[in-house]
Amino acid sequence: MIAYLIRRILYAIPILIGVNLLTFALFFVVNTPDDMARMQLGIKRVTPEAIDKWKQQRGYDKPLFVNSTADGAGTFTDTIFWQKSASMFAFDFGYSDDGRSISREIATRMGPSLAIAIPTFLVGLVVYVSFALMMTLFRATALDMAGVALCVFLMSVSGLFYIIGGQFLVSKLWHLVPISGYAGGADSFKFVVLPIIIGVVGGIGSSSRWYRTIFLDEIGKDYVRTARAKGLSELRVLFTHVLKNAMIPILTGVVVVIPLLFMGSLLTESFFGIPGLGSYTIDAINAQDFSVVRAMVFLGSVLYITGLILTDISYTVVDPRVRLQ
Amino acid sequence: MSFMPVILWSDALVFLLISAISTGAFYVRKREHLLLPWKRVARSSVALVSMLVLSVFLIVGLLDTLHYRVALPQSSNGEKVYSPEVLSAFDKLVGPLRTHTEKTYSAPFALHLYAKESMTDAQGNVVREYPRLQYGGAHLADESGRDADVLKRALVGMLAGSLVGVMLAWLLRRRYKQPALTVTLVVLAALIGAIINLSAVYHVLGTDKVGQDVLYLSLKSIRTGLIIGTLTTLVTLPLALFLGVAAGYFRGWVDDVIQYIYTVLSSIPSVLLIAAAVLMMQVTIDTHPEWFDTSAARADMRLVALCLILGLTSWTGLCRLLRGETLKLREMEYIQAAQAFGVSSMRILSRHIMPNVMHIILIALVMDFSALVLAEAVLSYVGVGVDPSMISFGTMINGARLEMGREPVVWWSLASAFVFMLVLVLAANLFADAVRDAFDPRLNRTEGSV
Repeated sequence: MIAYLIRRILYAIPILIGVNLLTFALFFVVNTPDDMARMQLGIKRVTPEAIDKWKQQRGYDKPLFVNSTADGAGTFTDTIFWQKSASMFAFDFGYSDDGRSISREIATRMGPSLAIAIPTFLVGLVVYVSFALMMTLFRATALDMAGVALCVFLMSVSGLFYIIGGQFLVSKLWHLVPISGYAGGADSFKFVVLPIIIGVVGGIGSSSRWYRTIFLDEIGKDYVRTARAKGLSELRVLFTHVLKNAMIPILTGVVVVIPLLFMGSLLTESFFGIPGLGSYTIDAINAQDFSVVRAMVFLGSVLYITGLILTDISYTVVDPRVRLQ
Repeated sequence: MSFMPVILWSDALVFLLISAISTGAFYVRKREHLLLPWKRVARSSVALVSMLVLSVFLIVGLLDTLHYRVALPQSSNGEKVYSPEVLSAFDKLVGPLRTHTEKTYSAPFALHLYAKESMTDAQGNVVREYPRLQYGGAHLADESGRDADVLKRALVGMLAGSLVGVMLAWLLRRRYKQPALTVTLVVLAALIGAIINLSAVYHVLGTDKVGQDVLYLSLKSIRTGLIIGTLTTLVTLPLALFLGVAAGYFRGWVDDVIQYIYTVLSSIPSVLLIAAAVLMMQVTIDTHPEWFDTSAARADMRLVALCLILGLTSWTGLCRLLRGETLKLREMEYIQAAQAFGVSSMRILSRHIMPNVMHIILIALVMDFSALVLAEAVLSYVGVGVDPSMISFGTMINGARLEMGREPVVWWSLASAFVFMLVLVLAANLFADAVRDAFDPRLNRTEGSV
């Protein structure tokens, strides 16, 4: 198990190097730093001095890969690649355009993101699985049909409308919670409750339908027939046999997103004015703050790969037949 | 000639896609075994009804793809000068909808503007009033007669529309004997008839901030949604097919390299990857204004680039599926027999493997369509979607959502975007389900039953 984990972590390194090279190519080779400077300073009436100053402020005035003017190790370390990309492996993300440390910003913004993402995830999982189990229990009846129809309807509505509609109804018409904003501590409840509900409702359609197909796949198998032949009640069959055996496909989709919860949700956070990582990313995109976007891409892939490793570990927990070696 | 046809990049790609689909359809028509699953699709009334709805959207989208530029009356030294505005056959067809712009917001069927203005009344006093609309209901002399007029026009339009619908249903009666299809056809035709008859003199869905008709905006958004949903597959398909099948069939280092590429791509959260790529594409487009002769061409290039980026970031899932399926297929006896006979790898791939993974590709493509239409709205909101000057569901929602705070609420733009998107995506989802049910070999079915 330990050996397996070490090997998996070692496998992750070339992938992260690939991600790093890809983002580097996207941000510095497709467009030269001069192009970016011209874009940010306004296309017309921009002097070469202004461009040089812009590049110098951000440390983009160095050569891409090899610095022939520096000596010793500086030939490689005093370059854009080394300082902007390779340094990310040490989780040193540098500074955003307004001069703040990106790592610090990430650390402070993680809290609000998690305050919404974790409850949404947990409540969502319980709601989706129970709804899917209910549809499975009443399979091939009118109730099941209505459930599936509802799911297809819900998944055809754009996520934007859940947020806009929820804000309009709950906050504007009924005045139950503030429209947007955030406060720390116990006050946070009234700010996070609506985003959580909207997040859960928005996912019902696709998730419940997906779990329902998993359960239906399981319910046709021989062990279920055996369990029924033993005289077990349908509920018991469903909860103790089907649910347990459906864990592997469920975990495949669920565990991998757990680390990504840190990243928060782009849409929810920006609509509700939550100062989390999602709104940080969206603000950076709108302000074309490339260093923040680059940092988030790297962080996102690190978390995704962590999720993949966690998925493998979770298999051994729910299924004793799985041995990692 | 008083106009010049314009073929934008996206138009050319749409024509390419249409010719590819027609070639495919012609090929399938001649082969009974390929036609069989499609016949299963056609037996499902849900599939037929959703296809009917989708084809209305498709017709609007296709008409909106035939672009041209009008010649200006004055000409400089004998040379014709064309207007910088790129129009489409659809714009020409709905003429008044496009040109009847008011000053600002007005509610559906309203006769007055949403905001008060200072006006001089008959006695010469300045008063704050809601001014009459320039076009909406302008034919009415008596304002109280509006409701009766709306009702009359709606009924006349519905009658005319349903007559056309019944005629169409009568023409189709031999091929499709589904009562649900007939009913939908007649209802849809009646609805379209009523809207056409009403929209000539009213703003059926109101007007937006700069006074543009919301119905026109919603109809124009259809093309953008359809383009994103379909052109992306032009990128996804070849990448996923060739790489997936090659990885599964050749294994060894080919498999390692391809797996590495798609693991790297899929490990970056897709919104962030798309955002990063679109930001960079924007820099390129903005620093090269000389590439485009009209603003429509620039917006269109951005749309095509967005499709390209969406395709480049979303082929990995399908590629993984195809690799897995090919791994399974290459162990089959008939493939091993072909290998033993010395058939070349290329031939095995094209004759034996590819036809047997086609159902996976088809199912994946129709399932992706609705997700892409939804993604467009979200990406446009995030600021990495289509060009802000391009009419799309995303830009419509974006422009309208801030107006929810006004009093009284400006709800019509959002409501129209909601309804149009819902109908399009719902029809696409239902059709995709029917296609999956018909093509998925895992589902055991007895021929003859639906």
